[in-house]
Amino acid sequence: MKYLDEFRSSQSVAALAVQIKNIATKPWTIMEICGGQTHSILKYNLTEYLPDNIQFIHGPGCPVCVTPLEMIDKAIAIAQRSDVIFTSYGDMLRVPGSATDLFSVKASGGDVRMVFSPLDALKIAEQNPDKKVVFFGVGFETTAPANAQAIVQAKNRNLKNFSLLSSHVLVPPAIEAVLSSKDVKVQGFIAAGHVCTVMGYEEYIPLAAKYKIPIVIGGFEPVDILLAVSQLLKQLEDGRYEVENAYSRVVKKEGNILAKKTLQDVFDTVDRKWRGIGTIPMSGYAIKNIYNDFDAEKIFELQNIESPESELCKAGLVLQGIIRPLECPAFGKECTPEKPLGAPMVSTEGACAAYFHYKTFDK
Amino acid sequence: MEIQKKNYKLATSKSNPIMCRAVPGKIISIDESNPDIRMAKINFGGVVKDISMMWLPECVVGDYVMAHVGFALSKIDEDDALLTLQLLDDMGELPDLNS
Repeated sequence: MKYLDEFRSSQSVAALAVQIKNIATKPWTIMEICGGQTHSILKYNLTEYLPDNIQFIHGPGCPVCVTPLEMIDKAIAIAQRSDVIFTSYGDMLRVPGSATDLFSVKASGGDVRMVFSPLDALKIAEQNPDKKVVFFGVGFETTAPANAQAIVQAKNRNLKNFSLLSSHVLVPPAIEAVLSSKDVKVQGFIAAGHVCTVMGYEEYIPLAAKYKIPIVIGGFEPVDILLAVSQLLKQLEDGRYEVENAYSRVVKKEGNILAKKTLQDVFDTVDRKWRGIGTIPMSGYAIKNIYNDFDAEKIFELQNIESPESELCKAGLVLQGIIRPLECPAFGKECTPEKPLGAPMVSTEGACAAYFHYKTFDK
Repeated sequence: MEIQKKNYKLATSKSNPIMCRAVPGKIISIDESNPDIRMAKINFGGVVKDISMMWLPECVVGDYVMAHVGFALSKIDEDDALLTLQLLDDMGELPDLNS
């Protein structure tokens, strides 16, 4: 496939590996923010191509993983209603809530449907006027514009039976949270290429300056990731801390202005709770009041749901890069992809599940 | 060279769509009848899907775009992609790779 296979070339990977080996003279610890990149790193075993003095810490950029437990419980409460068709991206269906998950709700008769786009959910709403169709809009800045556009389209099409259960989080405040932690080990970031496709990268420039930390925007194919690693290491070795774009065939400095406008039209930026981490100031989106009629949290009155998290699960520490998945006492024992305790073991993007699937681990 | 001996596998299986993953595809046709959503047929390596082009008004049939959950987010800059590939090609010819 054009623009895909070239960036998976084993020859380019080998050439980059040599270059990286020549650049890195000191030990460095770098974090890839996005779960999609974590998945690529483990799937293609990219750490094998890096010298031993370079360590990856996997970041909190997995939307499924950081969606608060009570939001999952709210989704389940809505999906259990007989007047509702509940639609969601597939990743969310297996995420354990306090008592059950969305797949189990479906198994016991709930109308839960997996969709690939919020536009599919709109179609279901048009075809089922006697049902309330709820779309579970989860994601970072990459996915948020599409979820927001579903609300705009529903309003334009005068759809009265469509609403969004919104759980959106933002990357820059998460980077800031990682850097503010007293246990911080990260010395450089690979920023999430597709988040920057939407948002651009201007907002990372003050972060790099404030924390004196280099940030390189990277793509998702093996070659893209190693290119970003190589640029990051060059900066670290030179003592520079700039924002650089190693994914320029896709990411522009200003991002996608029209998609950003949709975000501004539909959402306000608010404090958000992250599963396993806690509340991060101004780190997520809430649906604006003018769209209350399309806000599932307001329509279904779910304010009373509060859910404490498992004490055994160390997801919060994993998501902040303080421990690696293998260092969690429950990893591979009480917690497996079949019976996950925490969300990073559920999602294919989650650091724990990626380790479980791709890494040969020592017990 | 040690690095080249390591078993590097290309992805052959089509993995599940991942939340923040966008994929490259070629625009086959654009339906201008509803400018509000501006749907297009896009070919992703043989699989054709309906994708909204509303955020990339400048794109035309034949362009390559990155799409995510039903919306095209970015036009792929062909010159830029070629430049990166050229850079990688040149790197591949480094003498120490063949030693």
